[in-house]
Amino acid sequence: MNSTSSSQYSRVAIALHWLLAIALIAIFAVGLYMADLPFSPQRLKLYNWHKWAGVSILILSVLRLLWRLTHTPPGLPQKVLAAMPGWQTAAYYATHGLLYALFFIVPLVGWAYSSAAGFPIVLFGVLPLPDFVSADKALAELIKPWHEITAFAMAGLAALHVAAALKHHFVDRDGLLQRMLPAVNGQ
Amino acid sequence: MNFSALFKLGVLSTVVLMTAAHADQKLLPAQSEIGFVSKQMGVPVEGRFKKFDAQIAFDPKKPEASKIAFTIDTGSATVGAAESDAELPKAPWFNVPKFPQATFQSSAVKGLGAGKFEVTGKLNIKGNVRDVVVPVTLTQSGATTTASGAFAIKRLVFKIGEGDWADTSMVADDVQVKFKLALAGVAKF
Repeated sequence: MNSTSSSQYSRVAIALHWLLAIALIAIFAVGLYMADLPFSPQRLKLYNWHKWAGVSILILSVLRLLWRLTHTPPGLPQKVLAAMPGWQTAAYYATHGLLYALFFIVPLVGWAYSSAAGFPIVLFGVLPLPDFVSADKALAELIKPWHEITAFAMAGLAALHVAAALKHHFVDRDGLLQRMLPAVNGQ
Repeated sequence: MNFSALFKLGVLSTVVLMTAAHADQKLLPAQSEIGFVSKQMGVPVEGRFKKFDAQIAFDPKKPEASKIAFTIDTGSATVGAAESDAELPKAPWFNVPKFPQATFQSSAVKGLGAGKFEVTGKLNIKGNVRDVVVPVTLTQSGATTTASGAFAIKRLVFKIGEGDWADTSMVADDVQVKFKLALAGVAKF
């Protein structure tokens, strides 16, 4: 452990953060692309990959939340906190809380939509997952827009999160971003 | 024991002219179903045909002399999703303009006892003819006789899902066909 360990996220938290960042960007892009494809094997394949990825992300998000609950993340450094107006501090906590909520809401709504539409999810083509809503066309139509709406909400919050991190790094130059970067020197 | 008879059904089928003696045996379409289950990347997808008819000549005393023929309107296939249903009539799937009907024509009916029968016949889909053996269970309720059963076919043998769709890692080759057919005029067994 190095001397900055108390201000640094744990290695596991850092690994999950970046792995999920990449996965979420990829699944969002696939989701946008596949929705407009004509009926084709390509569309069928991407829909199933999207569902498998979504369930995988949901599982990783559960692990991430459990890790966070059992490994207290570093608080904002006093120096940074002192320099932030109150609304920024509030936005910091709100953004993180909402992102965590959406890590669960978006995939669960997608899963519910798939079940309601009559297409149960079979993870990786081999493991049938339970339907927690029944197949119901009307319900499917009701749920459908919410997967998209919540996904766009997450994308918006993630963009805000990235913008704020870059602002701290390049404008404030307060080193906040270092907390989430893998340590390059030092054990 | 008085059992009997037989007959019936199948699934995809064909047309035969029936004799007058059996003209009173007929399918009750509103109480009948012919469905299928395919697997798309492991996901079971149920479909059914909305329009089909049968010509049945069944003699309880001579099941082996029975004849069962079915015609199914391929254009009536639905899997319950509008965008998929719009594709089914096209050339790679049922090619409805060229092959508007699938048919089944029995060649042998064997009584197995206890209301069970084995119907052997020719299934013709998209001009591809194959022999199939269909297990059928009969139950009677009042004047209605219900024939039910299920059997598997290989979709590629019948060229259902050609071109890009021939990839069985996307849509499995095995398709389960299920039927429940209500018939009037079949003698008690």
